[in-house]
Amino acid sequence: MLKAIPNSTLLSGSVKWLSILIIFLLFGAMFEEGTLDEVLYYLPDIIYLGGQHLELALVSGLLAVLVAIPLGVFLSRPNVVKYAEYVMQFLNIGATIPTLALLAMSMSFLGIGFLPAAFGLFVITLLPIARNTYTGLRSVPNFLTEAANGMGMTPMQRLLRVEFPNSLSVIFAGVRTAFSLNIGTVPIAFLIGGGGLGELVFMGIRLDDTPMMLAGAVATALLALVFDVLLGLLSQVCIPKGIQR
Amino acid sequence: MIKLEKLTKIFDSHGHRVTAADEIDMEVASGEICVLLGPSGCGKTTTLKMINRIVQPTSGKVFINGDDTSTLQDTELRRRIGYVIQQIGLFPNMTIEDNICVVPDLLGWPKAKSRARAKELLDMVALDPSLFLQRYPGQLSGGQQQRVGVIRALAADAPVMLMDEPFGAIDPINREIIQDEFLKMQKELKKTILFVSHDIDEAVKMADKIAIFSDGKLVQFDSPNDLLANPANPFVEGFVGSDRAIKRLKLFSVQDAMLSLQDQVDQGSPIISVNSNLTDAASLLYNSKANALNCIDEFNNVVGHLTHDQISTHLNTPLAS
Repeated sequence: MLKAIPNSTLLSGSVKWLSILIIFLLFGAMFEEGTLDEVLYYLPDIIYLGGQHLELALVSGLLAVLVAIPLGVFLSRPNVVKYAEYVMQFLNIGATIPTLALLAMSMSFLGIGFLPAAFGLFVITLLPIARNTYTGLRSVPNFLTEAANGMGMTPMQRLLRVEFPNSLSVIFAGVRTAFSLNIGTVPIAFLIGGGGLGELVFMGIRLDDTPMMLAGAVATALLALVFDVLLGLLSQVCIPKGIQR
Repeated sequence: MIKLEKLTKIFDSHGHRVTAADEIDMEVASGEICVLLGPSGCGKTTTLKMINRIVQPTSGKVFINGDDTSTLQDTELRRRIGYVIQQIGLFPNMTIEDNICVVPDLLGWPKAKSRARAKELLDMVALDPSLFLQRYPGQLSGGQQQRVGVIRALAADAPVMLMDEPFGAIDPINREIIQDEFLKMQKELKKTILFVSHDIDEAVKMADKIAIFSDGKLVQFDSPNDLLANPANPFVEGFVGSDRAIKRLKLFSVQDAMLSLQDQVDQGSPIISVNSNLTDAASLLYNSKANALNCIDEFNNVVGHLTHDQISTHLNTPLAS
């Protein structure tokens, strides 16, 4: 059984990132006085690499949204739905491949650089969105679709006026989970030449330079946090008032 | 007018052919309420849903006002038929106003016209438009939602309505109230209504005609009075219940059965309005131990009296039809 990831309230989805951020900050503070200054020393790098990071996340994430939502919609259509579970199982198996292995596979046929990194991230982001779109649409009660049919809506009108609005909170939960996953995975994409804040993290580890590592990690957590809050706000604007709790 | 001609539905479940509705023939006159009645799985809901093709008929025809509906597209047909379902089915993402305007919008009515219609309909069921138009279904009580469900089906002024256990999800007290409201509305609107129920009391109260289904077959199609007086077979007799004579009392008013006598006023007898039904009259007779009731008109004049004998005689008069 596939379960949709429940929609979180504005902040609860961000709590994970907030706590990671706090842990990092405490971790940094434990070392020695002046760690913050040393982290801030990397600010120009953070801004430059953060831009790359954001670019990777946005390109792969938005592409995933553009593919996954129509895919979820398609799979939930009455004449397709009997095959949907197989497709979902396939996607599930895809999600069990370790991120590093996925990126390595992506590298093996796309080479190194932005493209394989974006592709790998795209695949990782795809599943939560497709799954939540599918599950959200399937969980619209039968009597609502029957009412829509009985009143003379065409299948497309039913989808746009009834099914989609009533599953939007579940779909948004999927998008938020996916983006949080995506931004948190981008640092690993550094390993196949994707750039991004992973450069600071991995270089920091290699050089045993904790402030450098922290600079990358804290910035990644901050980015994810900001993104989640923004998506939370967007969801409040988009989800019809009648179904917001 | 709705006419069903040899309407049949055969479901194919794992190779077994199950006949859910077997050559149903019936005709409901314009402005009448026909209640489809029977136990679960008898084919009443399938029959109802074949009329707006939520269930596609295997064979047979449906005529609305003489027109064969098989020439219409599904969506076109459904927009011409008001549809009320048991779960009400208001769309939670839309305001009450938008819910009521769904079919008018699908039909392309000008916005001003459909919104004015929504207001008018809310007024009709005594829900203040200024309070309710902009609310969402989740903010309404069950009874209020049920009323909106009914007026939504009336929005485009379709001459025909299909109602699938429309008052099934409401508590008994509110159900009585909504049934009464609905009958009052129907007196003015005169829609042709097919109404699925499994409750014989509701059927007797609402129906001009009752269609009793059993195992996919229409076993009796009669007025409530005929049905209760002359059940066609043991199944119908069992279904309407052994108290069918008592149920019939509700169908008649005191006026129908009383003896018009002005001179013999027995001062000690209890009084009852001529517009009350015989159930109330019988109840009063049993309760008061009196032999007769004085029947009064709206000006409190005694215009007749009623005894056990007269009630019994009235029930046993040969039927008019």
